[in-house]
Amino acid sequence: MIRGILVFNNHGKPRLIKFYEHYKEDVQQQIVRETFQLVSKRDENVCNFLEGGSLIGGSDYKLIYRHYATLYFVFCVDSSESELGILDLIQVFVETLDKCFENVCELDMIFHVDKVHHILDEIVMGGMVLETSMTEIVMRIEEQQKVEKHEAGISSAPGRAMNAVKNIDLSQIKDMKFPDVQLPAFKNFKL
Amino acid sequence: MEMLQQLRTQVQDVMQNAIKLPTTPIRLRDLIRQVRAARTQADERAVVNRECADIRSNFREEDTTWRCRNVAKLLYIHMLGYPAHFGQLECLKLVASHRFTDKRIGYLGAMLLLDEDHEVHILITNCVKNDLNNANQYVAGLALSALGEISSPVMCRDLAGEVERLLKSNNSYLRKKAVLCAFRMIQKVPSLKDGFVPQMQALLSEKNHGVLLTGMVLIRQMCEMGNDELIKFRKMVPSIVRKFKDLIGSGYSPDHDVTGISDPFLQVKILSLLKVLGKNDAEASDQMNDVLATVATNTDGTRNVGNAILYESVLAIMDVKSESGLRVLAVNILGRFLMNPDKNIRYVALNTLLKTVHLDNTAVQRTRSTVLDCLKDPDVSIRRRAMELSFALVNPTNVKSMAKELLTFLETADNEFKQQCSSSLFVMCEKYAPSRKWQMDTMIKALRLSGNYVSDYVVASLIQLIGECNDQQVYAVRELYRCLRDADLDTKQPLVQVACWSVGEYGDLLVSSSAAADDEREPLDLSEREIVRILEGIIRSKHSLLVTREYAINAAMKLSTRFSDAVEPIRDLLEQMATNVSIEIQQRAAEYTSLFEKPQQFRFGIMERMPVVKRGSAADHSLSDVEGGGLTVPNADDTDDLLGYHGEKRDARKKPSPKHSDLVITGTADGHVEAWDPRSGKSEGIINCALPNHLQDGPSHAPFGDYIASMDTKILKIWKRESGKAVTSVEPGSDLNDLCIVPHTGLMFMATEAPKMLSYFIPSLAPHRSGAPFWTT
Repeated sequence: MIRGILVFNNHGKPRLIKFYEHYKEDVQQQIVRETFQLVSKRDENVCNFLEGGSLIGGSDYKLIYRHYATLYFVFCVDSSESELGILDLIQVFVETLDKCFENVCELDMIFHVDKVHHILDEIVMGGMVLETSMTEIVMRIEEQQKVEKHEAGISSAPGRAMNAVKNIDLSQIKDMKFPDVQLPAFKNFKL
Repeated sequence: MEMLQQLRTQVQDVMQNAIKLPTTPIRLRDLIRQVRAARTQADERAVVNRECADIRSNFREEDTTWRCRNVAKLLYIHMLGYPAHFGQLECLKLVASHRFTDKRIGYLGAMLLLDEDHEVHILITNCVKNDLNNANQYVAGLALSALGEISSPVMCRDLAGEVERLLKSNNSYLRKKAVLCAFRMIQKVPSLKDGFVPQMQALLSEKNHGVLLTGMVLIRQMCEMGNDELIKFRKMVPSIVRKFKDLIGSGYSPDHDVTGISDPFLQVKILSLLKVLGKNDAEASDQMNDVLATVATNTDGTRNVGNAILYESVLAIMDVKSESGLRVLAVNILGRFLMNPDKNIRYVALNTLLKTVHLDNTAVQRTRSTVLDCLKDPDVSIRRRAMELSFALVNPTNVKSMAKELLTFLETADNEFKQQCSSSLFVMCEKYAPSRKWQMDTMIKALRLSGNYVSDYVVASLIQLIGECNDQQVYAVRELYRCLRDADLDTKQPLVQVACWSVGEYGDLLVSSSAAADDEREPLDLSEREIVRILEGIIRSKHSLLVTREYAINAAMKLSTRFSDAVEPIRDLLEQMATNVSIEIQQRAAEYTSLFEKPQQFRFGIMERMPVVKRGSAADHSLSDVEGGGLTVPNADDTDDLLGYHGEKRDARKKPSPKHSDLVITGTADGHVEAWDPRSGKSEGIINCALPNHLQDGPSHAPFGDYIASMDTKILKIWKRESGKAVTSVEPGSDLNDLCIVPHTGLMFMATEAPKMLSYFIPSLAPHRSGAPFWTT
C-alpha cells in the first residue's frame, strides 16, 4: 500500500502533499522536511530507494523517489508493493502530468495543484494503484474537464456574480426592507 | 445648514449599513502569487493569515458563489502547512451542491482535510450515498474515490450495499473504483468481505485492465485475511494462470504497452497474487510452475519495466513450492541483477538474496564476490543491504576471508553501521571462529575500528571470552595493553573497558617475564608504575565515560594484589579518588581504601581472579562452582536469566532444580508455590506466598539447600523447605528483576530497577556454624 505521495522542489518547498491516512498539518510538514533532507543529500547516481524515515511507518516502509529537473516525486510504500513497479508508476504519473499540461513544469504544479490532485486521484485511490494506462487516465481527466467547462468552472464565478446582479428583479427592490433604519427626529424642521 | 449636514451624514450611514457591498475574494492564482512574492517566512505568514481571515468571514456569510474558490485557496494554504480544518464543513456544503465543479473541489477538500471526527463523517455519509447513485459516472466516481479514502467503519457498514451494487455496474470506470473501495472496506471492517467474495469470480472474466489490476489486489487482500478464502481462491489458480498466459501472449495493444511489454503493472500484480496463492500449497504451485518459468525466461530484462516483472517472478518462485530447476533459474536472475549497472536493480537483488539466503544457501554463495563488491558501493542503501547479506553468507569455510573483508568495510563504514556490524561480527566469530586466538584478534580489531559504536553486550561477551581461554589470556592482555598505550582512548571507550578489565584481571601475567619471552611482537616496555599511570589517566580523563572509569578503578584495585612495586601509588590514587565528584567513583574508592586497612588476606581474597562465568546457563549452576567471590558482578545480560524460574500463568513452567536440591518448584499466577519431588512425582506441599506483583507472568521461585526463595517485583520471601514457615523477607524498595543465590554461603545478589546490583548476606542461611562465607574464615 502507498502511505503517502510527496512532491517538492530542490529547496524542499512542497508542491503536492497527499497522505492516505490522516496526519496533522504540522506532522505533515515535518514529514516533508525529513523526507527532503533524506532525499536531497543523495547523489544522482545512487539507487532510488531509501529506508529509515522515522515519521512514516518505520522499518516496513520505504521511500521510493525519482528526481526530475527541479522536482522530487517521493512515494512512501510498504513491503507489499514492488519497488520497481512503483518506480514505473512514478514515471506514469509524471508522463500523465506532461500530457495533461503539455510540457509540465514546476509552475504548472504550483498554480494548478488542484488539477494535479485530480490527476493523481485517477491513478492512485486510497493508497492503491487504480489505473496505469495513460490514455485512459488522460481521457478521464479531459472528460471531467469538459463537464466543468460546461458549468464554466471556477473561473466563471465572477461572470456568474455579474449575471446575478443583472438579473435582479428591480421591481422587488421596492419591497426590500431596510433594517435598523432610524430616521432622525425632525422636530424643529420647518418648511 | 447644520441640520442639512447632519441629515446627510445620517443618510450616508443608513445607506452603508443597508447595502453592504459584496467583497470579491481574490483568485487562487493571485493568492499563490502573493505567497510567492513573500520574502520571509513572516511575510508569508502574514499573507496567509490575512487570507484565512477573509475566507473565514466569507464562510460566515454563507456565500455560495465564492465557496468553491475559497476552499480551493484553503487547500493551497493547507499544503503550505497552515491549519485549515475550519474548512471541513464548507467542503461538505460543496459536496452537497449540484454543480460538478463544486463537488469535485468539495470531495478533494474532504479527502485532504477530514480527520477522524465522527460527526463530520455522519454528515458526509448521506451525500456520498446520493452521489453513488448519481447518473453521471464522474459524480459517482468522485464519491467512490472519497469513500475509499475517508471511510470510517460506520460509513463502511452503511455503504457496503451501494459498493456491492457498483461492483456489478457495467461501467468499468466505476467498477475498478468500486473494487478498491471494497478493498478499503474489508480492511476497515473485515466482516464485510463475505458480501464481496461471491463477486470475485466474475472479476476474473474481466476484460478491462484497470478492473483486473484492482481485482488482483482485492483477491490478494482477501486471501491474506482468512484461510477459508485462501482455499477458495486456490481453486481459481488455473483460470488466473490462463488469464496471465493470455496477457503475455496477447499482441501489441497501444493502451497497455509499456516499452514493448504488455501491461507490466498487471503482470506484477498477478505474480504477487500467485505468490500468495501458491505459498505452502503443492497443487497450486504445480499449476503455476509453467507460467512462472515462461515469464522468468522470456521477459526482456533490458528495461526497468521488464526487470520489475522478473523481480516479482523471482519473489513468486522463491515463495511457492516451485521445482528446483525453477529456483536455480531465479537465483541466476538475481545474479544477473547484481551485475546490472542500474543501482535500483542491484538493490532489489541484494534485498531478495537476503530473503532467499536461508532457502538456498549454496546457490546464493555463488554471488558472494559480487556482494562483497557492493560493500564498497557509494550508495548507502546498497551498502546496508550488502552488509546484511555478507553476514548471512558467512560459513565455516569462508569465515576468515569474509572477516577480513568486513573489517575493511568497518574501517570506513558510517557510524550508523558500526554498531550493527560489530555486533554481527561478534556473533559470526562466536559461530564460526577457527580458533579462540583468531576470534580474540578479530574482536579486538572490530572494537578498535568501531570506536564508541559498540553495544554493551559485545564488551561483556568479549570479557567472558577472554576469561574462558586460559591459554590465550597472556596474549590477549598484552594485545589489549598495546591498545591502551597507543589508541586514542576517548573515541574507543568500549575497547578501553575490555582492556581495563583484562589488565586488572591479568596484570601479573602482563608483567611476568616469561610472557614477554613468548610474545612474537616487539617487546613491551613494561613497568608496573607505567601501567598504573595509564589507568590513572583513564580515571581522571574528563572524556571517559563513567562506566569506563569504573572499569579502570576496579582494575587499579585488583592490580594492588597482583603487583609488588606499585601498591603505594595505587593506594594514593584510590585515596585521592575517594573525594571524586562522581558518587559511584567516590564510593568505590572509599570502600577500596578501607580494604587496605584490613588484614591483607581480606584484600587478596576479595580481589582474587574472577571465576569463569559459564554462558547461557542459569547462574545458580555456574555459581555453584564458585570457589571464591569477586566483587565484579556478572554482566547485566547474564543476570537477566540468572534465575529462569518465571512461573507461567496456570500451568507453571517446571525447571529442573540445581544439583544441591532435589525439588522442582512451580509458581502459579495466583501467588501459590508448589514444591514437587521429581523422583516420586508427588507434591511436597503448597505455600501461599501471597505475592501479588508477579514477575513478568508469575512469581519466581528457587529451592536452595533447606530453603525455598520466592520473589515477585516487590519482595523476596524465604521459606523453610520442611515446614513451609517464613524465615525472612527482603524488600529493597525498588522493583526486583532477578535473584541470584550463591549456594552454601547465605549470600545473594539482586538485580533491581536501581542502578546498582544489591547484595545481601543472611548468615542464618549459611550452613556453616560461623555464619560467614567460608572463604572469609
